[in-house]
Amino acid sequence: MQYLPHTKEDIKSMLEVVGVSSLDELFSSIPENCRFDGRLNLPEPMTEWELDDHMDSLAGNMAVSPDYKIFIGAGSYTHHIPMSVKYVTSRSEFVTCYTPYQPEVSQGTLQAIYEYQTMAATLMGMDVATASHYDGATALAEALLIAARKKKKKYVAISSLIHPHYREVIHTYFSPTQYEIIELPYLENGRTDLSQLESGDEFGALAIQSPNFFGCIENLKNAADIAHDQNALFIGSYTEAMAYGLLKNPGSMGADIVAGEGQSLGIAKSYGGPALGMLGSKKEFMRMLPGRLVGKTTDQDGRPGFVLTLATREQHIRREKATSNICSNNNLCALSAVAYMASLGGTGFRKLAQLNHDKAEYLKSELKKAGGKIPFESPTFNEFVVRFKNGFDKKYARLKDKKILAGLPLATFYPELENHYLMCVTETLKKEDMDMLIQEVIS
Amino acid sequence: MKEINELNLPDDVRYTKDHEWAKVTGDVVKAGLDDYAQDQLSDIVFVELPEPGDTFGKGEVFATVESVKAVSECYMPVGGEIIAVNSKLEDDPGLINTRPYEDGWLVEIKPDDLTEMDDLMDKATVLKVLEGNG
Amino acid sequence: MKEVIHNSGLVLDEKLLWEKGKKGRIGFSIPPQDVAVAELDPELVGEDPDFPDLSEVDVVRHFTRLSTWNFGVDTGMYPLGSCTMKYNPKTNERQASLAGLSEAHPFLPESLSQGALQIMYELEQYLMEITGMDAVTLQPAAGAHGEMLGMLLIHAWHSKKGNSRSKIIVPDTAHGTNPASAALCGYKPIPVKSDENGIIPVETIRELMDDETAGIMITNPNTLGLFEENIQEISEIVHAEDGLVYGDGANMNAVMGIVKMGNIGVDIMHLNLHKTFSTPHGGGGPGAGPVAVKKDLIPFLPAPRVVFKNGQYSLEKNLPDSVGRMTAFYGHFNVLIKAYSYIRQMGPDNLKKASRLAVLNANYIKEQLKDTLHLAYDRPCMHECIFSDKNQAAHKISTMDMAKRLLDYGIHPPTVYFPLVVHGAIMVEPTETESKEDIDLFIETFKTIAKEAEENPDILTSAPHVSKRRRLDEVEAARHPCLTG
Repeated sequence: MQYLPHTKEDIKSMLEVVGVSSLDELFSSIPENCRFDGRLNLPEPMTEWELDDHMDSLAGNMAVSPDYKIFIGAGSYTHHIPMSVKYVTSRSEFVTCYTPYQPEVSQGTLQAIYEYQTMAATLMGMDVATASHYDGATALAEALLIAARKKKKKYVAISSLIHPHYREVIHTYFSPTQYEIIELPYLENGRTDLSQLESGDEFGALAIQSPNFFGCIENLKNAADIAHDQNALFIGSYTEAMAYGLLKNPGSMGADIVAGEGQSLGIAKSYGGPALGMLGSKKEFMRMLPGRLVGKTTDQDGRPGFVLTLATREQHIRREKATSNICSNNNLCALSAVAYMASLGGTGFRKLAQLNHDKAEYLKSELKKAGGKIPFESPTFNEFVVRFKNGFDKKYARLKDKKILAGLPLATFYPELENHYLMCVTETLKKEDMDMLIQEVIS
Repeated sequence: MKEINELNLPDDVRYTKDHEWAKVTGDVVKAGLDDYAQDQLSDIVFVELPEPGDTFGKGEVFATVESVKAVSECYMPVGGEIIAVNSKLEDDPGLINTRPYEDGWLVEIKPDDLTEMDDLMDKATVLKVLEGNG
Repeated sequence: MKEVIHNSGLVLDEKLLWEKGKKGRIGFSIPPQDVAVAELDPELVGEDPDFPDLSEVDVVRHFTRLSTWNFGVDTGMYPLGSCTMKYNPKTNERQASLAGLSEAHPFLPESLSQGALQIMYELEQYLMEITGMDAVTLQPAAGAHGEMLGMLLIHAWHSKKGNSRSKIIVPDTAHGTNPASAALCGYKPIPVKSDENGIIPVETIRELMDDETAGIMITNPNTLGLFEENIQEISEIVHAEDGLVYGDGANMNAVMGIVKMGNIGVDIMHLNLHKTFSTPHGGGGPGAGPVAVKKDLIPFLPAPRVVFKNGQYSLEKNLPDSVGRMTAFYGHFNVLIKAYSYIRQMGPDNLKKASRLAVLNANYIKEQLKDTLHLAYDRPCMHECIFSDKNQAAHKISTMDMAKRLLDYGIHPPTVYFPLVVHGAIMVEPTETESKEDIDLFIETFKTIAKEAEENPDILTSAPHVSKRRRLDEVEAARHPCLTG
């Protein structure tokens, strides 16, 4: 076995040093009745090339582009990832190290995370950003917990146009707490209905996703004002980070905390994970942020360097008084994100975001011409909802056979939205791909 | 860490068992962390102080101090209202390490009952307790 | 003293990203504008993100240079206790990057994602077999996330039974995250001191366990590297009061194929795929923390669950008693593939052999170093052994000084100052993938350092000398946090 370097002689001489006669005897401290005597019922070992064959066949049993044309986003987006990003982030010095607890030999990871924190904070419009969380859903749940604890009011309010899975995670995270969650309905224009908040001041936080699950760009400024008027914190969220290459960021619209998903920033979809939980805040909430933070300092020769800092917030020091038990970050994903943002640069980021918007607008207008209805009139970024005629589900199935996935059926999440589909277009779909879909819709 | 005989424990303040010090001037009690506490914590990097106007009972937590790898709570030496906090600590929490009884004070308290000071220890008693523990 | 292979001179400096580049450069191939530009309402449009513009070469050189300042398992021995820094097989990376898997959209219809679902289903089966448990969920994103789910499951199980419980027992030899995980779910952690042998005393549990206690969190083998010999008796006591036993499986690498936790009283446990099952740590993540449970707890597992019926894999979402969802989709699928790939390569016998060799390596180090370093518990250890700096105290040399000196010799230090039960702890977990020669070099190096501590302590207190940076000022970093540039 290529990962087990011990020869028979090695084992023999090492056992002698330990003073036992067999490998079994090493386990003498385990009581007899605790031991498992049988053989594990697992498949027999595969050689490396047998494994390649096996995995190729499993991977072949999946639908991916370019074979399939997939018009689905909904929290996981198909963006081109430059080979250079994949290449540098797969260097084993980044991949095979532990958390940088020995900063003298971890400056590579530490500087990269400092750069990620800086660029993430810029993108969100926040003063600080953490070294990352598991994903957008858990980052948002943590953000709401910060606000709930800070304001100590009965409720937190979340938009019903936050990604349905994120809302499920929030409910799970809040289930052991005393705080209750209000879900705000949506308006005819595809934005969140905030009217019920204007009268009550019993909510400590308001969280809005923009672009929201329908792809609509929310009026964050208005939401922030309402939250602040009622002495609540305003949390901005997103599933599509690419949008902030074009849109005003949540921080500039009044968000106190921002929690979103950074998968679009150079991270493969990988059937939903790992992704990148982005979490940032204004400076005043810095010490309440859960998760890792990297800070700049100097070494004993006065040279600049980086360390993990403000560790007293964390679970291993504050123990049961910690506000979160997180003790890792999705480091490789943050590394991909910073390499991706650096590859695009400010100029490229804007250009690519604009292109995403343009392509989605093209499909939107062409689908309208082809008889689709656009039920929500608010402006969108690279996703939008279209309503097709009754019976479109049959056509949807036929399109699937032709290797086209024509959006995500929304009725699964919003039963009132029969025949509504959430469509997504990114830079990876060409005009001819969209034209093909339109032809099929018309035919 | 300092040896017990190296500790700076002034005679003109009184001590709690948790190593806060308290000193009465007129009808105001000034409080901070003693030399033993600051030495145990080592370099203090952050202090979370109460707001003037907050009130706490004797023995209640009124502040937390943080070093790089530890968090410690500070307990009221006497009950009462916080009338002033040491805002210098915001920028320079190391004052608790360098001048614990002077610039490194934490709060000024308007005590509810000044006789609560009588429960606190003098230098000799503190030394006895420390030696007992040592 | 052995010849030391120091770092050579090729350690280059590198600026921060935004100190490089020039407006107008790009490191990305932007597709052509094949549709008309559509203007968005200017009210909604912000400034360009304030990022530097760099070429592809700029970006590649930047991160390549940064990478050379890191030490990884591929660089050298990394005996970090409680972290299982075993070698990460390269074939795992190949499997996880297959386009069919890495490019798969999480909302693909089930009929078009059979490959991914099969991997998840089979991995669950393998982990059930290894742990002796009845079901597994792969959703938790990390060990701590698995612990949190474990606490939610305990909470849900008691609620369903109408039990109201407010406490949970957490021994001092349990993992550092345990008290925070318990507290997040509303439980007050009740600490228990380990006995003179470093294990949980049964009588204390008998006294503490009552009808207000939800259960106990046990790390087994514990953080002292010792097997909790009384686990069955403890489980019986806890179960008799209608409590549950949570097993922290962080140290599973000691007992694969040797102990099945489900057979010795554990009701819920998490595994760390990035420890036991060889997926890389990535400088802090992503890992994965699947949770395994006994039959009674299955209804409470997070939704969705992978099921296999009539030759088809599917996702079951309709689970009325479920605690809900832990991550946006199905957990860290890409990490799961790597663990799957590892188990398929190893097979049953090699997994067991891995545990046996991990335990052999640890015991060998313990024997060889116990005259040099103070050994906290002189008993047979499992996959890790714990020393302290007691012998070096006379020379005013601390654990930290020895750890930093190891860096000069090209070896990553063990875990230091954990577990807290041992003052100045040095926790060594070599793992099975280190050869006898590498282990001998580690032992030799530590002996050299101990000698230096007596003869030339300054070289330790001023270490490291040849790393990219020397000791860093953590006090200044925390006093005046500078988190962005």
